[in-house]
Amino acid sequence: MAKKESTFINMVLTLLLVTAAASFTLATVYNLTAEPIAQAREAKRQNAISQVVPEFDRLESRMFLPPDGGDSLEFNFAYKNNELVGIAVNTWTNRGYSGRITAMVGFYPDGRIFDVVHLQHKETPGLGDKIDKSKSDWSDQFKDIDPETTLLKVSKDNGEIDAITAATITSRAYCDAIQRAYNTFADHILSQTKQEGGPEL
Amino acid sequence: MKQWKNFTKGFIKDNPVFILLLGLCPALGVTTSAFNGLGMGLATTFVLLGSNTVVSIIKNVIPNKVRIPSFIVIIASFVTIVQLTMEAYLPDLFDSLGLFIPLIVVNCLVMGRAEAFASKNNIGSSIVDALGMGLGFTLALTMLGGLREILGAYSIFGIQLIPGVTDGMLVFVLAPGAFIGMGYLIILFNFLKKKTA
Repeated sequence: MAKKESTFINMVLTLLLVTAAASFTLATVYNLTAEPIAQAREAKRQNAISQVVPEFDRLESRMFLPPDGGDSLEFNFAYKNNELVGIAVNTWTNRGYSGRITAMVGFYPDGRIFDVVHLQHKETPGLGDKIDKSKSDWSDQFKDIDPETTLLKVSKDNGEIDAITAATITSRAYCDAIQRAYNTFADHILSQTKQEGGPEL
Repeated sequence: MKQWKNFTKGFIKDNPVFILLLGLCPALGVTTSAFNGLGMGLATTFVLLGSNTVVSIIKNVIPNKVRIPSFIVIIASFVTIVQLTMEAYLPDLFDSLGLFIPLIVVNCLVMGRAEAFASKNNIGSSIVDALGMGLGFTLALTMLGGLREILGAYSIFGIQLIPGVTDGMLVFVLAPGAFIGMGYLIILFNFLKKKTA
């Protein structure tokens, strides 16, 4: 078969057909994978929540705005036998070494941190990615500290958190994300608890 | 015999990364570990296989003047398929490679094979060429990733070589290490190429 001439009508028709076929294929693949992708994301979220709060049997989600502005944070209230056992806060920071870091911070109802896991980050592999629990136990130091009495800053900034070697910026960013979660938590939940003797949630 | 030569040329003689120096952006960017290199290599191989096959099938109905845009649309479609599939079924690998997957579109290896080989050869040869080139690319990325992982983190495929020691020569994990490792592997491959020639 001889090669087609590059006439105007041939070119337009060819490009139209190629793009139509491509869109059709992509739409099909998108429909096929939409559900597994949503499932994978949800599984990741659930897994992160269960890591940062004590055992629970019921979960309630609400959104709250951080006091210093920016995107609202998702609060997941974890109940066991209708008693609040912990709150998992989906928090973020834009101060990472390469962009946004998202993390799940778990609080006891009294404001102490239960545990922290990262959700997404683009930090340098081998250095900043030590915030990942599977790579290093660095983030274990946040366990059980009360951000009201402990300064959530790296020791270089006169805080009480040991920075990751050669990844101070990442460590600062992670502290910033946790502090944002705590500020929002204190603003919306703790203040209520103190005034009324218990959250009305 | 000709097809066998066509297949094996991608490994040493025309290795896309170390001899042809194509697709250097992913080769330098993702190869912080052997596993990342392997994943990126296989993803590229799949895209290459898809685009080479389709391009060689429709090469005669594409007018010459619009062949490049058509090839790009075809390649981009395969890349998006890889991206969606990986996010759905391999979320962990997607986490570490996600950023680099869209870059396969502009990987000149894929474009280069479509333009230089698939648009001039029949479908059988194009598939063989795609497999050979793709696996050669995978081999190169895995070697570079392995080298950097061994020197930078004292581990290979995530397995620690020296128990308890995790901090290797950090420079190999960072960008300069990619260039240094790349340089030594180019020397090695040119040596091998001379020997086999």
